[in-house]
Amino acid sequence: MQRKWLAIFAVLMVFSLVATACSGGASPAPSGEKVVETVIVTVEVPAEGGEAAPAMGANTLQTVKDRGKVVCGVNSSVPGFGFLNEDGSFSGFDIDFCKALAAAIFGDPTKVEYRPLTAKERFTALQTGEIDVLIRNTTWTLTRDTELGANFTATTFYDGQGFIVRKESGIKTLEDLNGATICVGAGTTTELNLADTFAARGIDYTPLVFETADETTGAYEEGRCDAYTTDKSGLVARRTVMANPDDHVILDETISKEPLGPVVRHGDDQWYDIVQWTVYATFTAEEFGITSANVDDIKASTENPSVKKMLGLEGDMGQKLGLSNDWAYNIIKYVGNYAEIYNRNLGPDTPTYIPRGLNSLYTDGGILYAPPIR
Amino acid sequence: MSAHAPEQPDIPFWRDERYLNILAQILVFAIVAGILYSLWYNMNRSLEALGLPLSLKFLKITASFDIGEKLISYTREDTYLRAYLVGVLNTIQVSVLGIIFASILGIIVGVSRLSTNWIVSRLAGAYVELFRNIPLLVFLIFWYQGLFLKFPDVRDALRLGDIYFSKRGVAFPWGIPTETFQAYLYILGFGLIAAIIVGVVLHKQGEKTGRMPLIGFWSPLTWIVIGIIGWFVLPQAPLSPTIPQLPEKGFNIIGGRVFSPEFMALLSGLVLYTAAFIGEVVRAGIQAVSKGQTEAARALGLNGFQTLRLIVFPQALRVIVPPLTSQYLNLTKNSSLAIAIGYPDIVHVYGTIINQSGRAVEMTAIMMATYLTFSLLTSAFMNWYNKRIRLVER
Repeated sequence: MQRKWLAIFAVLMVFSLVATACSGGASPAPSGEKVVETVIVTVEVPAEGGEAAPAMGANTLQTVKDRGKVVCGVNSSVPGFGFLNEDGSFSGFDIDFCKALAAAIFGDPTKVEYRPLTAKERFTALQTGEIDVLIRNTTWTLTRDTELGANFTATTFYDGQGFIVRKESGIKTLEDLNGATICVGAGTTTELNLADTFAARGIDYTPLVFETADETTGAYEEGRCDAYTTDKSGLVARRTVMANPDDHVILDETISKEPLGPVVRHGDDQWYDIVQWTVYATFTAEEFGITSANVDDIKASTENPSVKKMLGLEGDMGQKLGLSNDWAYNIIKYVGNYAEIYNRNLGPDTPTYIPRGLNSLYTDGGILYAPPIR
Repeated sequence: MSAHAPEQPDIPFWRDERYLNILAQILVFAIVAGILYSLWYNMNRSLEALGLPLSLKFLKITASFDIGEKLISYTREDTYLRAYLVGVLNTIQVSVLGIIFASILGIIVGVSRLSTNWIVSRLAGAYVELFRNIPLLVFLIFWYQGLFLKFPDVRDALRLGDIYFSKRGVAFPWGIPTETFQAYLYILGFGLIAAIIVGVVLHKQGEKTGRMPLIGFWSPLTWIVIGIIGWFVLPQAPLSPTIPQLPEKGFNIIGGRVFSPEFMALLSGLVLYTAAFIGEVVRAGIQAVSKGQTEAARALGLNGFQTLRLIVFPQALRVIVPPLTSQYLNLTKNSSLAIAIGYPDIVHVYGTIINQSGRAVEMTAIMMATYLTFSLLTSAFMNWYNKRIRLVER
């Protein structure tokens, strides 16, 4: 008896599956039998199995709001940028932009789920909708902007690729690295820059490629490689967690442009705008001198129309983005302006100090320049 | 329904087991096909939304990354396809060498476990238990970071004869092909043909006289003799030796053939791990041969080694080969753990290509097809061998 019931159940399953497959699930099954209709519900599960699809073209903001948090693809092993602390929390420059995004959307910087990713995993995670935004010291290039289905929103950090070597090796220039073994992370632009630069200069070398920054620097520290290459900010950061930071020296030469910033998927312009203007809000706040400490006072007293627009006292800037009008206020209040974010993670008081250089406002000799919020 | 006996009542087809059986087959097929179709449809829709429709054209694009270890010439100007080929060859290299060494070590371990010598059998037992119970990944990482990266720097390399151990790998004396190498290959080919002819002739002779000569001795000897004669007949030796030397300055050992720490760690890890399993397979195979066979052989006056070679092994092989095939397949597939220690095998190169080209679906399909091909070829060969050695029954 049991076998027969099983067989009958299977019949129904397939009928309904075929029905849903043909009609794309839009219309009910052609058969009028009640049993069949009930079963359809169970069988539609495999059809919905690839949940990634709706996340693709559709409304990321709505998905994020329904979920109640932003899923942010981050680095977990670069101190100062994205680092998993001993207590299980994340901190860093990139992490703060995840928080700023959550503050803009929810008015609460803690509504973020951090997803640590390796360099290699990150774009696939973004493509498939596993993460909403990738803020993982990711370099903006043409190929990535087009073929990888990624959209770069704004540059939060202007970086360049450098090399770190052991002091005792006496290496001063790239030419000294002829014949050397060089450790590099898999799936990075640095891997490509390395190949390009060394081929152009005719320097012979052997790359040794690892998945994670920990493995890569581990092999370098063990002496398996003569040099380790990545973005200079990364070198500064990684040096702080080496056994003897003073034994290593970063070469002066910079071999590439590495603009780093948040990345979103192709195909959702609203979400792109939200991420982009979240970054610009931090620039603009610094420009206006608004900090997390004085934002309430300024909000109460300001007469400047631009500041009023930004803080939501005038106009409907937030609503244009699909957010509430105090979006920028929340970013500044809970996370701070660009200078605050920078100094908290990379400022002179931190072990990962990097002079601001290019990453100053255009008014201070840097190249940070946000379009007006109006 | 005409086939029914007249006295049986006509039952409706949905209760007729013959129809239901057929129907069930069709249904299972339809369910599987339906699920696959919906996944396929879903994937295509998603890829199109991303502007990444399926295509293999990207394989012709310049790869523009370098690979540290390669068996064929490869530069950053070559295509993704060639980069992938470099990875494939690296996997083949480590798998083939791994299978050979693991088989040799496995047989030694398996036979040792059955040794009457207490210490030998216990040592073999301890080896098996130790290696088969540690996850291979853990072992590889330990082996790589704990052993091969703990060797001294190049300038203080450990020396064992002409073999040097350092952080840059293990350097062996090696031969560099000279101008006559090509000609020598032809000589070896000729020798191989001659060896086969000798084997066939001897076999025929043996069948005629009833006394089978030692084909396994004469045939290889023919090849070796031709090989040796060829080496000296040529105007120039086909290989010129290169001996590794410590560098005065610079980063690397000069000369010789250097096997990287990643390769050495992966190869030795795979060999030690798989040999533990092969040891058990061999032991089980030998124990499956009934004791009466051994006793009969001894009664006929065969010595211990002859008993093993002529009586026990041929029978044990029938039991050993099928599980041995699985171990070979496992070794090949396990080589993908190379990713953890930076050896550029298939998975490693695949990961880089995906990241630089964004073609995850295509590359994953290609990689799966590659491993499938390896596995099917290995098992086809082993099945053929298994058929050859099976008991001929009449």
